[in-house]
Amino acid sequence: MENIQTSRRDFLKTTGLTSFGLALGISAFSKDAVVKKLNPAILKLEINPFIIIDTAGNITIVNPRPDMGQGSTQAVPSLLAEELEVRLDQVKIIQSDGKDKYGSQTSGGSSSVRSLWEPIRKAGAAAKEMLTESAAKRWNVPVAECFAKDGTIVHKPSGKSLTYGELADDASKLEIPKNPKLKDPKDFKILGKYNKRLDVPERVTGKAVYGIDVDIPGMVYASILHSPAIHGKIISIDDTETKKVKGVLKVVKTERTMPHRTSEAVAVIGTNYWAALKGRKALQVKWDNADYEKTLSTEKYFAETYEAAKKQGINYEEKGDFDAKYSSAVKKLESHYETPFLAHAPIEPENAVVHVKDDGTIEIWAPVQGPDWALRDVCAYMKVAPEKVKINVTLLGGAFGRKAYHDFLLEACHLSKELKKPVKVVWTREDDISQGPYRPGMLSHMQGFVQDGKIAGYHHHAIGESILGQVFKGLKPDEADPWLSEEISTSNNKYIFDVASKISYTHVKTDIPIVWWRSVYASNFGWGQECFIDELAHLAEKDPVKARLEIIKDERFRKVLETLAEKAAWGEKLAEGQGKGIAVFKSFDSISATCVTVTKKGNGVKIDKVISIIDCGYYVNPDNVKAQTEGNIVMGITAATKDGITFTNGVCDQSNFHQYNIMRLNEMPEIEIHIVDSGSSPGGVGEPGLPPIAPALGNAIFAATGKRMRKLPFDINNLNG
Amino acid sequence: MAIYNLTVNSKKVKVDVEDDMPLLWVVRDVVGLKGTKFGCGMALCGACTVHLDGQPARSCQTPISSVGKNAKITTIEGIGDVKLHAIQQAWIEEQVPQCGYCQSGQIMSAVALLKTNANPNDQDIDAAMSGNLCRCGTYDRIRKAIHRAAEAIKVEEKGIGKR
Ligand code: FES
Ligand code: FES
Repeated sequence: MENIQTSRRDFLKTTGLTSFGLALGISAFSKDAVVKKLNPAILKLEINPFIIIDTAGNITIVNPRPDMGQGSTQAVPSLLAEELEVRLDQVKIIQSDGKDKYGSQTSGGSSSVRSLWEPIRKAGAAAKEMLTESAAKRWNVPVAECFAKDGTIVHKPSGKSLTYGELADDASKLEIPKNPKLKDPKDFKILGKYNKRLDVPERVTGKAVYGIDVDIPGMVYASILHSPAIHGKIISIDDTETKKVKGVLKVVKTERTMPHRTSEAVAVIGTNYWAALKGRKALQVKWDNADYEKTLSTEKYFAETYEAAKKQGINYEEKGDFDAKYSSAVKKLESHYETPFLAHAPIEPENAVVHVKDDGTIEIWAPVQGPDWALRDVCAYMKVAPEKVKINVTLLGGAFGRKAYHDFLLEACHLSKELKKPVKVVWTREDDISQGPYRPGMLSHMQGFVQDGKIAGYHHHAIGESILGQVFKGLKPDEADPWLSEEISTSNNKYIFDVASKISYTHVKTDIPIVWWRSVYASNFGWGQECFIDELAHLAEKDPVKARLEIIKDERFRKVLETLAEKAAWGEKLAEGQGKGIAVFKSFDSISATCVTVTKKGNGVKIDKVISIIDCGYYVNPDNVKAQTEGNIVMGITAATKDGITFTNGVCDQSNFHQYNIMRLNEMPEIEIHIVDSGSSPGGVGEPGLPPIAPALGNAIFAATGKRMRKLPFDINNLNG
Repeated sequence: MAIYNLTVNSKKVKVDVEDDMPLLWVVRDVVGLKGTKFGCGMALCGACTVHLDGQPARSCQTPISSVGKNAKITTIEGIGDVKLHAIQQAWIEEQVPQCGYCQSGQIMSAVALLKTNANPNDQDIDAAMSGNLCRCGTYDRIRKAIHRAAEAIKVEEKGIGKR
């Protein structure tokens, strides 16, 4: 009991709460969101329940989704505030630390609102009912005469009220309602409404704390030289010049651990980051890259994918006998669509502060997308139990998938253990761009045919490296990668091909490290799928919108396409040299469609306008849905028209933003975003806007110039290049 | 190592650092102001933008020895420390930041633009802001927020004129 009391006091102190009142947890592993009361006796040493209403009326929620710019710091408290009948500014949030009891905690797969929509609202509703019942008991009046408002329970007939704080202790003694009544969406005051994000002010004053901003007393800085060929071996290290740099403390041989292998590296430790970096630049390291000069090559990789396209892949689904129907078809087409490897390049480079303490415990401050996964990886790597690790998740200066890959964090763990000091590792932009992991480059081999003026046959053969295979559990030789196959399947794209269709996959391996990137494979395969449907529409001599509507029955898809056609004034006369293209793609349970308008300019085109439509079901904040979709337009255009990542003779050809360009403000076209309110269960918002961007642009270019782009990226100013 | 007497956000600070240490790291790791960000280290992204005597400068490519003795250094912490600057206010109104990491640099560039050009058109904004990358893609809102801030300043000045 003693322990519990002390740790309770510590917890209360750090969170600024006065005393426990009502604490509710959501059973992390149950699908149907069981709300549980957290009784202090079961709150072990570290007390971090999900929702706490203390006796002073402070309301705190643990946010299980780190914020990397997608808006979870607003979305999570909004779900609670809506049902609890409090204002957004009444809810304080604490970031979860990765421990099991919080369940899944990774910001990824556009999952935050999708997965928390029910459970958090349920906990909020349960708390509200318990508080209401407590008030009714106190006043000895029927519950029906009481209602909740802004953190108080009001007795309607008399007008008297009690605050949540005054009721919290009483409420904690009640049974949790099994089926708390959730609000009817038409009564929502916060969800689905415009609300300013409350943490914007700290992001415009320099006060927001990102991983890179963390300083710990006694901390040293590390800059790490990695093998230019990623997996190369060290032959020799000459640190004579490095040691002359003022502020350099030490040079240590270290390692970079990736899911698929561990590579050698050399760390320069300094009293400040600049010294460490300067020392690192002065290092003379000889690498044995012999094994990788031939294998780490994007040219070789793509050559293999085109070879694979000549053969049969592994079927994921097939309807009709596609090959037979295709070979006898009269009006048919075959094309190859290629997408490059891409770096995530979040503007905050990878970084972490780790302190491996004398007592064997480890404290971490890092911008990680998933504290739960980070914890798992750190425990496995350091061979420690989760209780010994404390992860403080900071804000993330962008991530896009990169910061769910913990090589940089494990580097800091390794160094801190070695040096017995807190260590801050900061990657340079060059590390970020030239070391990976990357979105894998992929090839879409497309075949299709037209019958009776209608698109009737379709085959998408996806070819390339598998994230599941390289980063996760591996892929069997006879397995069509289920993650990527699902994204291009007809159950996802909802196209109905009357005669025959086939989705197949061929695994082409590479040692280039890969991981998911914003919208994952949808960012690759939206390109092949939607440009090829456009090609087939032209083969059928049909308008691309009409041709799609002919083969889609799904109401939500139709509505999205029709809304797009209307907003884009599809079919209206275009100016000389102008062309419009559309594309639609469903990912993370949301459907997004885009229309791009371009005008011929010299050998290239200029993007005049981008209109995106998104149906993401219920959402928290329409402005955030728009913001994320805007971001997807920019990232989508960048991915299509700026630089890809290439490897030649084992080495990445790009190093910084002069070779890996990102769209700039002066290139920003006019944009317009519309949300279709379908009232469906919530879909993702952070990613689904991206996949249709590149194909809509490619289709617009075809409409304007007659030139069919099939390989990304291309130079928008010179399409012949 | 050498001693430099700097004026950062109107405060005098004395630092003892290597001559070639970029202003970025002096400000962040020696002075301890973390609002100025590291993005590329090559003057390509603008995350590290500060003002040197009111002019925007990429602090990652500014060795401390090149900063004049009497130069006034302003960082994001020195903008609107009493009352939010019209640019910051407009950034909130337009809900510009996503992750927010690039925004210190964006705001420093925008504040400098409005100082020399109270009424920027889209081309002026293009010219002043294209050195600042935003990977989250907030460009459309940045443009709108600059126009909004310029308007707000005009209205405020008119108000003052009347009084
Ligand atoms: S960090 Fe200075 S311009 Fe990028
Ligand atoms: S807001 Fe994230 S990089 Fe600009």
